[in-house]
Amino acid sequence: MRRREFLSIPAVALGGTLLYTLRKEPFIVHAQAQDGIVNVPLKFFSAEEAKTVAAATARIFPSDASGPGANEAGVAIYIDRQLAGPYGRDKYRYTKGPWVQSVPEHGYQAKETPREIYKAGIPTLSDNFASLTPAQQDEKLQSMESTTFFRLLRTHTIEGMFCDPMHGGNAGMIGWQLIGFPGPRMSYRDEIEQYRSEAFRPKPISLAQLVGHPVKGWEEEAE
Amino acid sequence: MKTLRPVNVVMVGGGWTGLAMAKEITHRTSLNVLVLERGLPRKASEYMEGMDELDYSIRLKMMQNIADETLTHRHSMKDPAMPVRQYGSFLPGSGVGGAGEHWNGMSFRFLESQFVLKTHLKEKYGSRKLPEDLAVEDWGVRYSDLEPYYWKAEQMLGISGKAGNLRGVKQPGGNIFEGPRSHEYPLPPLKMAYAPSLFRDAAEKLGYHPFPYPAANASEAYKNPDGVSRAGCAYCGYCDRFGCMIGAKAQPSNTLMPILSRTKSFAIRTGCWIRKVVTKGGRATGVQYVDAKGDEVFQPADVVFLGAFTLNNVKLLLLSGIGTPYDPATGKGTLGRNLTHQVFGVATQVYFDKPMNLFMGAGSLGVMVSDFDGDHGFDGSEPIVRGGTVWMTATGNRPIATFGMMPTGVASSNWGSGWKAAALAWRDRVGAMGCAGEHMAYRTNYMDLDPIYKDKMGDPLIRFTLDWTEHEHQQRLHAAQIQGKIAKAMGFPYQEAKPTKAKYNVTQYQTTHVQGGTIMGTSPDRSVVDTNLRHWDVKNLYVMGASTFPQNASGNPTLTALATVYKAADTFVAAHGGSRGQKEKA
Ligand SMILES: Cc1cc2nc3c(=O)[nH]c(=O)nc-3n(C[C@H](O)[C@H](O)[C@H](O)COP(=O)(O)OP(=O)(O)OC[C@H]3O[C@@H](n4cnc5c(N)ncnc54)[C@H](O)[C@@H]3O)c2cc1C
Ligand code: SF4
Repeated sequence: MRRREFLSIPAVALGGTLLYTLRKEPFIVHAQAQDGIVNVPLKFFSAEEAKTVAAATARIFPSDASGPGANEAGVAIYIDRQLAGPYGRDKYRYTKGPWVQSVPEHGYQAKETPREIYKAGIPTLSDNFASLTPAQQDEKLQSMESTTFFRLLRTHTIEGMFCDPMHGGNAGMIGWQLIGFPGPRMSYRDEIEQYRSEAFRPKPISLAQLVGHPVKGWEEEAE
Repeated sequence: MKTLRPVNVVMVGGGWTGLAMAKEITHRTSLNVLVLERGLPRKASEYMEGMDELDYSIRLKMMQNIADETLTHRHSMKDPAMPVRQYGSFLPGSGVGGAGEHWNGMSFRFLESQFVLKTHLKEKYGSRKLPEDLAVEDWGVRYSDLEPYYWKAEQMLGISGKAGNLRGVKQPGGNIFEGPRSHEYPLPPLKMAYAPSLFRDAAEKLGYHPFPYPAANASEAYKNPDGVSRAGCAYCGYCDRFGCMIGAKAQPSNTLMPILSRTKSFAIRTGCWIRKVVTKGGRATGVQYVDAKGDEVFQPADVVFLGAFTLNNVKLLLLSGIGTPYDPATGKGTLGRNLTHQVFGVATQVYFDKPMNLFMGAGSLGVMVSDFDGDHGFDGSEPIVRGGTVWMTATGNRPIATFGMMPTGVASSNWGSGWKAAALAWRDRVGAMGCAGEHMAYRTNYMDLDPIYKDKMGDPLIRFTLDWTEHEHQQRLHAAQIQGKIAKAMGFPYQEAKPTKAKYNVTQYQTTHVQGGTIMGTSPDRSVVDTNLRHWDVKNLYVMGASTFPQNASGNPTLTALATVYKAADTFVAAHGGSRGQKEKA
């Protein structure tokens, strides 16, 4: 059994209090400072790894003047859950050999699973990445832009910003509020021809809210 | 190996083609039909819980499990083939209903000239202008032969659209370049989203003939001739790659299964992986498969139909040693020849000055221009002999896949504060066009068995030898120019697509329209099945689906696959003592 590890996050940062109520453009709300820390139990990362990943994703999708980012959305938790699940261990990838490198048109052909890519990639960010200044962090990330690890991190950051909250990211639907995405809805029959050049921005709902009960993501499939 | 109780007809694959044929046979003859499907049963009632972009559209939860079986690809006979390790350029389906459960529903008839392409090109251009290595063929059936079957399929699916040619009379607002139709569409077109409506207005201004996509998403409540009812589409935007949560999109689960599940002479078994069609003395005696428990069994049958999608239709025949594998060096053999895809990947972008609500949409919602499809108006001076369509759709912009769309150059990086701010500023304001060109068949594009990589059962994977030729590159350049003209007429800033002459790429989604390998025709020297889909050598074996298309048209294949299945069904039913031309409501 692995030791229980946690990612500690300021309470209100997670999910924030941003409400996308504007009809037109996304408006900017900064997560309010409040004390209180939530300890989110981790399924795959160690606490140290989670901190590093959280810091890196927060540079990829920063919390800044244009609105909340990866920290408020809980992107690191999303990635932790994905890596713990079938995706992380490549259960649904063709993994028979021989393993041969090929032309770019054949895509990723290496043997390493997403889990292995993270385990090997995190240390290359340097062991104190989370405590570097944002400028130093950016410089480090820039130097890694062409690596598989960075590309995966960037893709996962966007996924964690905008996935359904059941996957652990997009906490409080903060990502959807940021872009005015209403979430899964039963119908736009009355709106699709109605809203021409005017934004339709109802408050988002999650899949669990739509169906009226909790829904499990694929990452929870048993091994 | 255990031998099971014999059946009259065994159907390999429970997708659109397998289930459509099963319904015809069980309802029009006294034969019993057993469908053997590799995937799982599906419950349409669970599709609402599947409205999740990550699991369904990004991780592709409804597709065939690629860990168990994939294909390999190489660009030419000189290159090593590599397995497609994660899905990219197309997405094979699995489970009851096959890919028909999570398709878009775009339902085109092919142009009249497509069915006689070889003859048509020779007449139009002589041999002088035709691309090297061209291997296109005539189908052996003409559009007019298929017209009644197209109509039958359109009624079964409940297609929403606007006819462009009713019994030879051009209809404004429809596709005036299509062959004559006997009937208007069963349902009126879908409501139109804003962005495609602007595309339509601009195209009209330029003198083109835009029309709404013919859609298997019902525009209003619909009852088909079998008495099966469906709700009208709600434009939810969780359509392609998803099953419809209200059954508005025609899927085998809400059109054919409601009838078949009440049919006594019909049975379906899931979790069955067919490995081989067994033959004796030139006749099929049944199929060999691994059942859900992992046991290898033999299912005897009087007649075998393959409806296992292109990859497996071809693979099963190769594994079974039925027919002569195609040899590109000599041009001899037919099995595996004429592999085609579809010419996609040209996306001129339009930058609107206001939010467009692009998350609303339906799998087949959009506007298309067909003025350069086939070779209408080509005078021989063009760099291409066949063109394609250009379009703008509104299939539902989901946030993970579309975040970050912006004009090139507005952000210097693809991450960080500057990128994020630009992505937010351009959010919901970028409209992308597309193109769909005919992909002609070439001697060099074909399928055979991979010598190295294996599937879960230890059988060889199917191998694609496939690359784009200069003709497809020119088709893309041509499409980009038309798109540019329309974009300019739309009156917003735009960026005309700049197609590169890139090689075939397995990582980028094109469409799940993969054709050929078991093509139909009128001679066993050039085709694998006859025009009633019957195998030339093994007379009680049939092959269904787009693998029987000699080459691809610009349009998506499913409606044509169904039309050819219905035509074959008429002949089969007549030969098996059934009622030909079962009473149909016209
Ligand atoms: C995302 C997406 C969007 C699409 N959009 C459109 C569209 O807009 N318009 C259009 O015309 N087409 C579209 N298509 C393509 C369309 O879905 C297919 O053309 C159609 O479903 C093919 O029907 P089929 O019966 O030939 O094969 P399938 O639907 O693929 O069914 C084949 C079945 O055979 C089973 N099978 C395969 N091998 C075996 C085996 N060895 N043993 C047992 N069973 C086996 C599979 O599990 C599968 O269920 C789309 C496809 C996808 C994935
Ligand atoms: S867009 Fe229409 S047809 Fe497609 S899933 Fe939604 S409601 Fe169903």
